[in-house]
Amino acid sequence: MRIAIASGKGGTGKTTVAVNLALVASKEGRSVQLLDCDVEEPNSHLFLHPELETSRRVFLPVPTVDKSLCTACGECGKICAYSAIVVVKDKVLTFPELCHGCGGCKRVCPEEAIRETGREMGVVECGRADGIAFAHGKLRVSEVMPVPLIRAVKGSADDVDLHLFDAPPGTSCPVIETIRGSSYVLLVTEPTPFGLWDLGLALDMAKKLGVPHGIVVNRHMDGNESARRLASERGVEILAEIPDDRRVAEAYSRGEAAVDAVPGTRDVFTRLLQRLLELGRAGEQTEKGAAKP
Amino acid sequence: MKVVVTSQGKDMDAPVDLRFGRAPWFIVVDTETGEYEAVSNEQNLNAPQGAGIQAADNVARTGARALVTGNCGPNAFRTLSEAEIKVYMGSSGTVAEAVEAFKRGDLGAADEANVEGHW
Amino acid sequence: MTKELVIISGKGGTGKTSILASFASLADAMVLADADVDAADLHLVLSPEVKRRESFSGGSKASIDESLCTGCGTCFEVCRFQAVLPVRGGQAYAVDEVACEGCGVCAYFCPEKAVDFSPVVNGEWFVSETRRGPMVHARLGIAEENSGKLVTLVRKEARKIAEEKGIPLLLVDGSPGIGCPVIASISGADLVLIVTEPTVAGEHDLDRVSDLTRHFGIPSMVCINKADLNPEVADRIEEKTRKTGLGFAGRLSYDPAFTEAQIEKKSVVEKGDGRAAGELREVWREVREALDGRGRGA
Repeated sequence: MRIAIASGKGGTGKTTVAVNLALVASKEGRSVQLLDCDVEEPNSHLFLHPELETSRRVFLPVPTVDKSLCTACGECGKICAYSAIVVVKDKVLTFPELCHGCGGCKRVCPEEAIRETGREMGVVECGRADGIAFAHGKLRVSEVMPVPLIRAVKGSADDVDLHLFDAPPGTSCPVIETIRGSSYVLLVTEPTPFGLWDLGLALDMAKKLGVPHGIVVNRHMDGNESARRLASERGVEILAEIPDDRRVAEAYSRGEAAVDAVPGTRDVFTRLLQRLLELGRAGEQTEKGAAKP
Repeated sequence: MKVVVTSQGKDMDAPVDLRFGRAPWFIVVDTETGEYEAVSNEQNLNAPQGAGIQAADNVARTGARALVTGNCGPNAFRTLSEAEIKVYMGSSGTVAEAVEAFKRGDLGAADEANVEGHW
Repeated sequence: MTKELVIISGKGGTGKTSILASFASLADAMVLADADVDAADLHLVLSPEVKRRESFSGGSKASIDESLCTGCGTCFEVCRFQAVLPVRGGQAYAVDEVACEGCGVCAYFCPEKAVDFSPVVNGEWFVSETRRGPMVHARLGIAEENSGKLVTLVRKEARKIAEEKGIPLLLVDGSPGIGCPVIASISGADLVLIVTEPTVAGEHDLDRVSDLTRHFGIPSMVCINKADLNPEVADRIEEKTRKTGLGFAGRLSYDPAFTEAQIEKKSVVEKGDGRAAGELREVWREVREALDGRGRGA
C-alpha cells in the first residue's frame, strides 16, 4: 500500500504521523519504507536516525551547445517555453537555471549541436533505521525546482509492503508529485482556523486528483468540534484524532518519536495503521471488483 | 542610430516603463531623423518566465544599438550585452524626454544589471 | 522609498502569518501582501474587501484533439514528464493536465498538429482593502504549478500601490520551504525575518533557509516562536544566529492567544491579552530598527 501524508498548512504534523506510523508498522513486523519527499526541508531523518548507505547526486538535463556545429538557425529558441536557450544576433545563449529539462531543444536542433549536461538538483540518500527502509532528498540551496528531485526520491522505492511518502506542505506541484501514484492520502490538520482553511484546499486537491483520502486531526482538543464539522460537511472520514499534549510537542522538539516518548500515543498510531490497512484492503477489493468483466 | 525606449504607451509622450521584460511597448526611435515606431511587447506579458530574455531578443531584432529603460535584470542584461546593445538604466519621464537625455549624454551605459532577476 | 519586510520560515507552521498580522497592527501605514499563494491565510485575520480581481496565467498546457490523433505515439515518446498517456487501448493519446509541465514539445512534434498548446488561467489575484491598509493577495488554482510568477506579481502590485500612495512600508507574508515561491518572495527585499521554533526540525530548517538568504545576500533576522517549548534548543538557535551574523529579533512564548486570536479574526496584538502580545511589540521594535537601518539586521 502506498500512503502519502500531506496537509495544506505547514507544521500540522505530517512528519510526526509519517514517522510514528513507520515505527508502529515496523514494530508489527511489516516491511515498510519511509520516503521523505519534502526535499526542501526534510525532517524525518531527525527522528528515525537512519544509517545512510547510499547518496547520489541528481541532475536535471540542461542544454549545452557545440558552437562549431551551431548555425544559429534559432529553432532551439523557438521551441523553448522557458527562455532557457535563445539565439540573439547569431549567438546562442543558454540560461541553465531557467531550464525545465524538457529536451525539446536537443530534439529539434537540425545540426545535432546540442547535448545535455546536468544542473545539480540535490541529493537522494537511502538507508535503514532498524526495520524501516528509508529514503530522502535534499534540494540544493538556491535550486528553484523541487519536483525532479522528488521524482528521484520516489524512484528509490524499495519492494516493501507499505510505502509512506512524507509530503511537503501546500497543495501545489511538489505535493502533487509526491502524491502521484499513491493508493491513499492522509491529510493532517490542526483544529485552528488557519489549519482548517488550508485543509479545505487540500481536500479540493485530493478530490481533483481522484485519490482516496482521509483526515488526521493533530493537537485535537475535547470540545473543539471544528475539524469534525468540516469533515462531515465534506463527507470525509477522520481516521485519527491525536490529542493535544505538550509532552508530544516537547518530545518532537528533542527529535524523539511520540510513540517512544509519550505513553498512550502508540495506541493512537496502532489504530490509525490498522484503519489504513483496512481501507487499503477494501480499496483492492473494489479494484478487483471493478476489473471483473 | 536606433534606440529603444521601454514605454507604457505607443507615443513619444508616453511615460517610460521602468520595467524591461514586461513593459507593454518598445518605442524604436531614430535619433537622427526623430522618426519612431511602436513595437508591441505583448507576448512577453504572459511568458511564464524569461520575459527579459525574450524582450532582449525583440530589441535586437529592431536593429537598435541602445536600450533606455528603468531596470534590467541579469539574464536580460547578459542577452543584450551578447547582442552588443548598450543598456542605459535609471531613466524616467516621457519617452521623448528619455531620448533627449540619451542624446545629451546624460545617461551612463551600465556595466551590469541593476535589479535581481525574477519570474 | 518603500521598505519591504518579508517573513519566511523554512519549516512550516512556525507562526509567520500570525506574526505578520500583529506587525500590521503595530505599524503606522503599510501595504500588505500575502505571497503564500498556495495556502494563503492572512485574509482570515484581515478580512479583506476585494476591490479588484484579475485572472492569472502561469503558463500553457497541452491538450490533444482526439479526432485528429492517429495514435502514432510521438507525443508519448517525447514527453519527459509522464504527462502523456495512452487511451482507448493505445489507439490514441491524452494529456494528464495536472502532470503537464507546459513545455510544448509534444505540440511541436505532433505530425497531425493534433495538440493544442495554449495559455491557461491557473489562478487569481486580488487587490483589497483591509482595516490596516491595502492588501494584495492571490489564490493559485487547485493542484497547479507554483513557480514564482504569481508570487512575483503579488509583490510587484503591492509595491506599485505603496509607491503610488507614498506608503513607506510593505509587509509580505511568505511561504514555507526554500524553493521557487520562497526565492521569488525574498529577492530584492530590504529585510527578511525568519520565524523558527525551538525544535530540532526548526533548527535544521533554519540552517537551510538562512543559507538561502545568505546566498542571495539579503539581510535577515531570526525570531524564535514558542520559545519556551524547549529553552535549550532556543538558546542554541539564538547563539548560532548571533555567531553567524544574522540579526536576532527576539523570542515569543507559546501562547494560546495565537489560536484564540485566529478564531476572533484578530491579530494577537489586537486581542491584547497574554504574554505574546507584549513580546510581539518588542520583536516589532527590533525589526523596525533593522528596517530603518539603525538596528542589528545582518
